[in-house]
Amino acid sequence: MNATLVLLGVFIVATAGTALSLQNIVRSVLLLVLSWFGIAAFYLWAGAEFAAFAQALVYGGAVSMVVLFAVLLTRRGHQDATVAPPPPGRLLAALLAGGAVAGIIAATVIRTPFASVSDEVPVLPVRRLGALLMGPHAAALLVTGALLTAALLGAVVIAAGAKDDKEGSP
Amino acid sequence: MTAEAIELDSWLERLPLTLRDLLAGPIPGPWRWIVQDVIAIAVVLAVFPLLFAFLTLAERKVLGRIQNRPGPNRVGWGGILQPFADGIKMLTKEDIVPRAADPVLHFLAPVALVSFSLLSLAVIPYGRHLVPLDLDAGILYFFAASASSELAVFMAGWAGRNKYSLLAAMRALAQLISYELPLLLSLVPVVMLAGTLSPSGIVAAQAGWSAGFLPHWNILTPWGLAGFAIFMVAALAEANRSPFDLPEAESELIAGHLTEYSGFKYALFFMAEYFAMCALSGMAVTLFLGGWQAPVAILQFVPSYGWFAIKLLSLLLGFIWIRATLPRLRIDQLMRLAWKFLLPLALINLVTASFWHLSAGWGAAAQPLRWGLGLALVAVPFVVIGRRLSTGLGPRTYRYAAP
Repeated sequence: MNATLVLLGVFIVATAGTALSLQNIVRSVLLLVLSWFGIAAFYLWAGAEFAAFAQALVYGGAVSMVVLFAVLLTRRGHQDATVAPPPPGRLLAALLAGGAVAGIIAATVIRTPFASVSDEVPVLPVRRLGALLMGPHAAALLVTGALLTAALLGAVVIAAGAKDDKEGSP
Repeated sequence: MTAEAIELDSWLERLPLTLRDLLAGPIPGPWRWIVQDVIAIAVVLAVFPLLFAFLTLAERKVLGRIQNRPGPNRVGWGGILQPFADGIKMLTKEDIVPRAADPVLHFLAPVALVSFSLLSLAVIPYGRHLVPLDLDAGILYFFAASASSELAVFMAGWAGRNKYSLLAAMRALAQLISYELPLLLSLVPVVMLAGTLSPSGIVAAQAGWSAGFLPHWNILTPWGLAGFAIFMVAALAEANRSPFDLPEAESELIAGHLTEYSGFKYALFFMAEYFAMCALSGMAVTLFLGGWQAPVAILQFVPSYGWFAIKLLSLLLGFIWIRATLPRLRIDQLMRLAWKFLLPLALINLVTASFWHLSAGWGAAAQPLRWGLGLALVAVPFVVIGRRLSTGLGPRTYRYAAP
């Protein structure tokens, strides 16, 4: 069991690390997507079927499209897809910032007391998951929904503010 | 077991299971489930490529008949062996990779596309006992698998280093993102009212008949009718089928993301397109047309997989018919249809489904009122939004050509 977990972890970290180090930005994106699929596989390993498929659907299907779109719209051609290696100053700053975030997360994980888990994997059917989300956790769901709706409306306002071309003319 | 249940479980119904157990019989106990799963995978891998082969033939024949020509009729008896001749041709053609192409992505794109579209075939209940993979969150799995195929289309468009391919990849991304929303929203009422994300659970929720001949299929409700229409339009777009085949528009983009592909890789793209079409049709049958259930109670002697096949083939024939009938949309029309028409209708359909659910307890006298209100909730937004979208689009004026 744990060998699978180690393999999955290595896969996720390796794909994400390679994505960071590649010069070709499109290949980086595709590797990053592979890393997201690795996370979905981890959820599947952990028995969280619903979270795994949602991860694959949202990250593999939707977020990846948004990232690719951003890359395609901001690059002019195939040559432009290769990014120059960063100057040493920026590299150092990136390492410092990334290291600080990783340190905070690691410290939090180490200091958090985890309740001892029984060997039995809890089974949570989708129906019960839905009941939990709509019952005890409805407030959190509503807050998240309101936040996302606000973001969506903001995006619409920004997009509508841009000068739009006359549409519909053949 | 009651007498009726025994009759439903006839030897014909259990024939696939019997054959499987016959094959897996000599295998010792702990290994048997692996062999059974491998047999299920092998059957899916054998049936759908064969269906693909004969679907291309049927498509060419039907298109031919609609266009008043015979279609392929030279290989075999009346052209029946044409798909195999095509296959041999594709296999023996030279596989060309452009020098400037990204060789890894160029190779991976068709492979990824075919594997993702095959993955989505796994959770469809093909019959009473024929569910290759019965998942609790099967619907989510299906759409996760089919959403991933967009990535492969992008990879194909990018890898070729061809501006037509890249343009097509952009179009494909825009189209697939846009139509994913109505596609997913149109099935939310089904999940809501069935109370499950499992495809077999949704089929079970549509079981039974009123008065022995009116099946309880989702399509026979106002929200189901609207949902089915939205689902099928979005499915046409998701499968890159005409009239939404802009990503590979032959007359504008040569062949879009297929431009730099030849030989068997090219055939793989077509295979994936047909697999996606079969998977989406199969899902439409499961969600709205009662899955493998018989339409009339007395016709239950026909095995359930037979009914599934009949429904699936009718939907596929519909796809072909639409291809022969409708011209291709322009990219702005495509976007407008998704965002300004299908998406609002899909959202309103949620309200219709909620109304239908809340009014389930109304008596027999109130049924006409229930149906009237339900149909009005579907038809009025359709007419109002449709009219608003088509205002200002008068008859086309021809400046240079005679009308």
